[in-house]
Amino acid sequence: MKVAYWPGCVSRGFTSELHGSMAAVAPMLDIELVELDRANCCGAGVIAEHSQELADTLNARTFALAQQEITQGADLMMNICSTCQGAQSECQQRLDASADYRAQVNETLADEGLEYQDGIINKNFLWVLVEDIGLDKLKTLVRQPLTDLRVGPFYGCYIVRPTDRLDINRAQPRDEYLGQVIETLGGTVIDYAGSHKCCGFPIITMNKAASLEQAGRHLGDAVDAEADCLVTPCPLCHLNLDLQQPMAAKQVGRELNMPVLHLPQLVGLALGISPEDLGLQHHIVKPTSVIDWSQAVVGGVGGW
Amino acid sequence: MAEFKLKIRRFDPESGTAPYWDEHTVDLEPHRSVLEGILQARNEKDGSIGVRCSCRSAICGSCGVRVNGKPGLACHTHLDDALASAGEDGVIEVEPMGNMPIIKDLIVDMDAVHWKKIQRVTPWLIGKEPVPEREYIVSRESMIDVTQSMACIQCGACVSDCLSMEVDPLFVGPAALAKTYRFVGDPRDAAHEQRLKDLGDDKHGIYDCTHCFKCIEACPKGVAPMNQIMRLRRIAGNDFHIKDRNNGERHEAAFVKNIEKNGILHEADLLPDSYGGKFHPRAVPELISSLPIVMTALLRRKMTPAKALLHPHRAPDGVKKIYEVVEGRDQRNEFNLYISGTDADNEGTAEVAEAIEAAEPAGVAPDGSAGSSA
Ligand code: SF4
Ligand code: SF4
Ligand code: SF4
Ligand code: SF4
Ligand code: FES
Repeated sequence: MKVAYWPGCVSRGFTSELHGSMAAVAPMLDIELVELDRANCCGAGVIAEHSQELADTLNARTFALAQQEITQGADLMMNICSTCQGAQSECQQRLDASADYRAQVNETLADEGLEYQDGIINKNFLWVLVEDIGLDKLKTLVRQPLTDLRVGPFYGCYIVRPTDRLDINRAQPRDEYLGQVIETLGGTVIDYAGSHKCCGFPIITMNKAASLEQAGRHLGDAVDAEADCLVTPCPLCHLNLDLQQPMAAKQVGRELNMPVLHLPQLVGLALGISPEDLGLQHHIVKPTSVIDWSQAVVGGVGGW
Repeated sequence: MAEFKLKIRRFDPESGTAPYWDEHTVDLEPHRSVLEGILQARNEKDGSIGVRCSCRSAICGSCGVRVNGKPGLACHTHLDDALASAGEDGVIEVEPMGNMPIIKDLIVDMDAVHWKKIQRVTPWLIGKEPVPEREYIVSRESMIDVTQSMACIQCGACVSDCLSMEVDPLFVGPAALAKTYRFVGDPRDAAHEQRLKDLGDDKHGIYDCTHCFKCIEACPKGVAPMNQIMRLRRIAGNDFHIKDRNNGERHEAAFVKNIEKNGILHEADLLPDSYGGKFHPRAVPELISSLPIVMTALLRRKMTPAKALLHPHRAPDGVKKIYEVVEGRDQRNEFNLYISGTDADNEGTAEVAEAIEAAEPAGVAPDGSAGSSA
């Protein structure tokens, strides 16, 4: 399949290994990525906090650019960030609700020759994996099953709430997909208290102690549940859970040492891509527990 | 009738025994509520089960509990729906709400947490002076604007699951902040700025919310407390230029400017700018404390120094234009779905409104001026 691909900002900045690992797994899953390189940041909820119309118009612009690709054969728009998913869905809900409002937003876009038409399909890689590629197909592609690897899912708020806006329901349990993917890849899903909670990132500059306390607690719960690693579809969660982990450990006063993988990295490992090509060496918490599970690939990681 | 298995969390802090689960089978029509299930168990099986309720019709707010881990009103949750969201064993789990101390079983201490926080925000109207001889006259729209926050029945479901409160019990919290908007959005209130200043000066005020959507998901009345908090932040920052103690307003302004300049987020600038710029005195200790992290990030080559210092991106003209137009408007445009509804919801309502207007006798218009209707 072909997707209009919005990588987000953080995946090209502080977590560049995410963008890289997505590019590495895409061809193996038969996904052609058409990057929306002129698109803009979704605002991560912060721009909407300043001005809703500004956030809505910025995202309408991204959607309009994606729709140009969709008319040229892309199946849908895909993102790799829970926060993008949530922030963009929120704007889309308002844009799709009212023709009058849409007209006003489109007037601002007209100068650039862009127009957003309601009803774009925009999905996180996690949703594409389960709904469009399918777990059955994914299973046939596994070369290196994650046998004995104990993986804790970490979703990020924006991709699990609010359930009505994100179309999460019994027929479409998008808030259970990470577990399904981990199982399909041959791993063991770890149930722990923090899987659907907030990583604390949004208040890292506003109330650092509370922010790190959140990250530290969830990581600690995962340690107690004997997880080998966490996996997340959100680069912002990754920042608080991996990059800030040493500080979070200090905040909660315990050792954590919990590796956190980006979703495409976990998929990539099972598809047989080397840890180095997936950028695992760039993580702050060395994912040794993840790599050790398979002797065959240990050699590839070196150079910490 | 059908049988339902209820697992009820029991705890009596005075007893000295640890909390435990208690299972009862009840026999009720599937469309009956979880509350009726609990009451049947109490009346027929075990009179000591502690539960609070009154109206049984989702209006008094006294029966807040967690059903299968999710907060809500016991009287407003059907047994068949609860069964559908139960685990594989088909047992409906009922627990007390979180973030508040347990008095007994399903009864939590709302006074100690919820009501204290409500009182914290001066939950009454501070009328504008001079007080008019008769009623205050306001436009109809301005009152519609606060109806969403007025829909609150003080059940505490949002407080139960607030993730900021879980780590910071001092956080003013979703219900009290939604209540704040009820007055900050009310044109008759004289203390908009003081209210916001007060909650910006409080480190546990409007900028302590972690934007987790839990309260939106929890609320049985569609109040969407988080959305009200974001409206408070917009008014505090844009209208009153309040500099809060959490750097929330600065962080927001830095983010908004960052995207205007770069089109996509340039994180390396965001941190210092959130504290007032690289050379701002408040930024220095903050930057030093995060230095070890930045150093490891550089060592792991997450970030190259070049990427951190140079600016590989420039915002496309389209983005600049959007900023120009939207930021240039005299009035902020806010589209609230709760108030406006969607086009699909509103189909046909224009005709209805016209019909009502046509049927109304000529009289006083909503703004108080003598008017005439068509
Ligand atoms: S959520 Fe983050 S990564 Fe996604 S577009 Fe917004 S700032 Fe960029
Ligand atoms: S507050 Fe009103 S609805 Fe609730 S129990 Fe009392 S009378 Fe009934
Ligand atoms: S969005 Fe804010 S107020 Fe609402 S539950 Fe989360 S942290 Fe609490
Ligand atoms: S905002 Fe909603 S959940 Fe919170 S107390 Fe009011 S009615 Fe209950
Ligand atoms: S008993 Fe009144 S809200 Fe449930």
